[in-house]
Amino acid sequence: MSSRPIATTRSATEIPTGKLAVWWLLGSEIVIFGGLLASYIMYRLAHDAWHAQAAATNTWIGAFNTLVLLTSSLTAVLAHQAAEEGNGPKAAKLLWATIGGAATFLIVKAFEWTMEIRHGYTITADTFWSFYYTAAGLHAAHVLAGAVVMVFVARSAARNQELHRVELAGIYWHFVDIVWIFLFPLLYIAK
Amino acid sequence: MAETVPSHPPAPEEGHPHHEEMSFWSKYIFPLDHKMIGMQYLFTGIAMAMVGGFFAYTFRMQLAFPGIEVPGWGLVSPADYNALVTNHGAIMIFWVAMPVLIAAFGNFLIPLMIGCDDMVFPRINRLSYQIFFLSVLVLIASFLVEGGAFGGAWTAYPPLSAKAEYSLTPLGSSLWLLAVALEFVAFLLGGINFITTAMNSRAPGMKMYDIPIVVWMIVLASIMFMLSVGPLVAGAVMLFFDQQLGTGFFDPARGGDPVLWQHLFWFFGHPEVYVVLLPAMGIVAEIITVFARKKLFAYKTVLYTAFGTGILSFTVWAHHQFVAGIDPRMAHIFTITTLLISVPIAEMCFVYIATLYGGSIRLTTPMLWALAFIAEFLIGGVTGIFLGASGADIYFHDSYFVLAHFHYTFFPIAIIGFYAGITYWFPKMFGRMLDDRLGKIHFWGTIIPFNGIFLPLFILGLAGQHRRIYNYEHFPELATPELQALRVLATVSLLVMLGFQLVFLVNFVRSLRRGEKAPQNPWKANTLEWQAPSPPPHGNFATLPTVYRGPYEYSVPGRAEDYWPQNAPE
Amino acid sequence: MSEHHHPNYVKIWAILVGLLVVSVLGPMLGIQIVTLITAFGIAVVKAYLVAKNFMHLNIEKRYIVYMLTTCLVFMFLFFAGTAPDVMEAEGSNWEKPSFELYDEAASHTVGHGTAHH
Repeated sequence: MSSRPIATTRSATEIPTGKLAVWWLLGSEIVIFGGLLASYIMYRLAHDAWHAQAAATNTWIGAFNTLVLLTSSLTAVLAHQAAEEGNGPKAAKLLWATIGGAATFLIVKAFEWTMEIRHGYTITADTFWSFYYTAAGLHAAHVLAGAVVMVFVARSAARNQELHRVELAGIYWHFVDIVWIFLFPLLYIAK
Repeated sequence: MAETVPSHPPAPEEGHPHHEEMSFWSKYIFPLDHKMIGMQYLFTGIAMAMVGGFFAYTFRMQLAFPGIEVPGWGLVSPADYNALVTNHGAIMIFWVAMPVLIAAFGNFLIPLMIGCDDMVFPRINRLSYQIFFLSVLVLIASFLVEGGAFGGAWTAYPPLSAKAEYSLTPLGSSLWLLAVALEFVAFLLGGINFITTAMNSRAPGMKMYDIPIVVWMIVLASIMFMLSVGPLVAGAVMLFFDQQLGTGFFDPARGGDPVLWQHLFWFFGHPEVYVVLLPAMGIVAEIITVFARKKLFAYKTVLYTAFGTGILSFTVWAHHQFVAGIDPRMAHIFTITTLLISVPIAEMCFVYIATLYGGSIRLTTPMLWALAFIAEFLIGGVTGIFLGASGADIYFHDSYFVLAHFHYTFFPIAIIGFYAGITYWFPKMFGRMLDDRLGKIHFWGTIIPFNGIFLPLFILGLAGQHRRIYNYEHFPELATPELQALRVLATVSLLVMLGFQLVFLVNFVRSLRRGEKAPQNPWKANTLEWQAPSPPPHGNFATLPTVYRGPYEYSVPGRAEDYWPQNAPE
Repeated sequence: MSEHHHPNYVKIWAILVGLLVVSVLGPMLGIQIVTLITAFGIAVVKAYLVAKNFMHLNIEKRYIVYMLTTCLVFMFLFFAGTAPDVMEAEGSNWEKPSFELYDEAASHTVGHGTAHH
């Protein structure tokens, strides 16, 4: 009974409709993260004292998670390549690898946060930590959302269906990666 | 992209999959059709307007007759008063102006006017309304929880909004914030749908400059909303954590800064004015050309002006904060940009007046509303100049002058713009004609009392009347009989105006059931929605149209008819 | 989408990992300017590489790049308009006394004294 409206099949801009919508979605995400990070940077520059707080973050865990996300971006783009070649099952496998990366990232994050909260660095301990948990938490929510979306995309891709969605999920995933590329120096390296 | 339907080769452009008769449930409650989703937004918006209007009636009664038992509410306590003014503002902007002007008209008009069968993502469209409806429920719930509804003004400045010991509404303020955040999510989803639809799904032959102005305006408004709301979404999360977890994002004693919230809020809040203004301007443009039977004067100028307004509107936000302790050097910059932005808006008004010049004007009800929009909005615009200058603003700030100013902008946008649009597109939406005589009674019964409400408030503001005061009897210099008489005048005018809205409701309901059947194109307009049946069926057009010319080819010399539909081959 | 020849994704990934190593090692020199360059300069380069090669912005329509850039520009605008108020502890007619008190206190008590090491 359900069929797509003809509107969805038109493409006056020559960009497929789904992809165009993903770009606009990313535009709206840029301003959400942008507003939060701009606020953080202002506070950070205004408070020399935050160096002392930031010193307590664990650079090695942050670096490991960066590596995980970079690698999952690689598998996501390889999945896109496989989908373009029409090889759905291969794209699905690579997407599952990306989902594995997302899971690793979240598990490491949970481990890291547990340790920090045990040491008294809770979200209310200091405004630095409020930003730390808010920014990384918002990012982690995007990681989780991306992983859930990819589960659906991978399942249909394994049956060689809806292969164009592999690229859309990938674009979103690379954006999540880029956000972390900026969060990493802001929260872990600048001490 | 939540669609799970299997892909199939693109359907041929003509002919539609036949939809069998749908159940009540899937037709009216969970529809995928853009027109029905638009109706849902429309009726929710109208219901919320009644709530907002009732709040205005209640606190205006308290201001004119302090301590009175207001019929329908009872004694207004100070906490009631704060909750009423706060939610009146929030409701009228977030739950009336936004859903009616952008979501209702946008949903109804965009696919029809660009000649396609639906939005590109019908399910996301439906989800957008469902989230919006949830936000309404959360807002209503905030009135029922312990401690009552939030009363810290619609701008929700911390520390008043951040700490329960100041706001005294531990749950109400968080529910209010949640409702606003849900509303943002709904409009982000809806906005991306609008933008993508208008960019990708135009009828064959419809080039950029063949798109009707109102579609341009709604799409531009959606883009501006999307770009401006991000920081406030982040800010809402921060404020919510301040309220519920006890963080100190906006607490100076813990390294935060309450002025940051003001920036986050107004970086959204000022573009938001233009987000609702542009669609109203677009509606007026459509109506003026049709009823002046004349080509829109300077289509491209209107378009570039709207772009310019959009960009400039991101550079003016701190003029709301001149007395908040912002850097005076920044205040200079924001004064200049604020005065600059009056230029493009004035230009648009000139363009509309130039369109009228030499036309054969028909004073139908929609045309009266459109003309009233220009006249009343100009008063709002001109008084804004005083407030944009940082020096003058120090005196005017937080007075009734400000209040009267923004009601002279928002009332034309949200109410006059809505009535202009609904009286113009009613035949298309419901397939019946509205009663013109009742429409004109309603028009004059709204416009005259409207000025009766807000002109006295300018005078009160100049006399030094501060906003957010519950009872002026405690301020001897403001409790004089002369000033009180002006307050009573405003309140009585409000009662008269609210009374005349009944005329509209009667007209609306009666025309819906017994109105004259509307022909396909009752106004002899060019745009594509009038080339579909009234009301358009699911799928809109029997054959999807092809576009041959711009939308405003009226009174073209040498043609027998004085209009030339966009899809007519010759 | 027309068939462009694909960049070598594994090679780009290797470059990204190399940059990551540099950005972690850079701050160990303890020179502030080096830390800033290695941390944030490299972040910009990494983001550029991902956006260009993985998101394929290099072969996407130009106005997508313009749209995303506009979003970023507005964020810089927001920062520029807001920072003069938020970052300063005092201005020409105002001061934030508790701001300085906070800095005083926060630099001494890491984790507010509840930390158990």
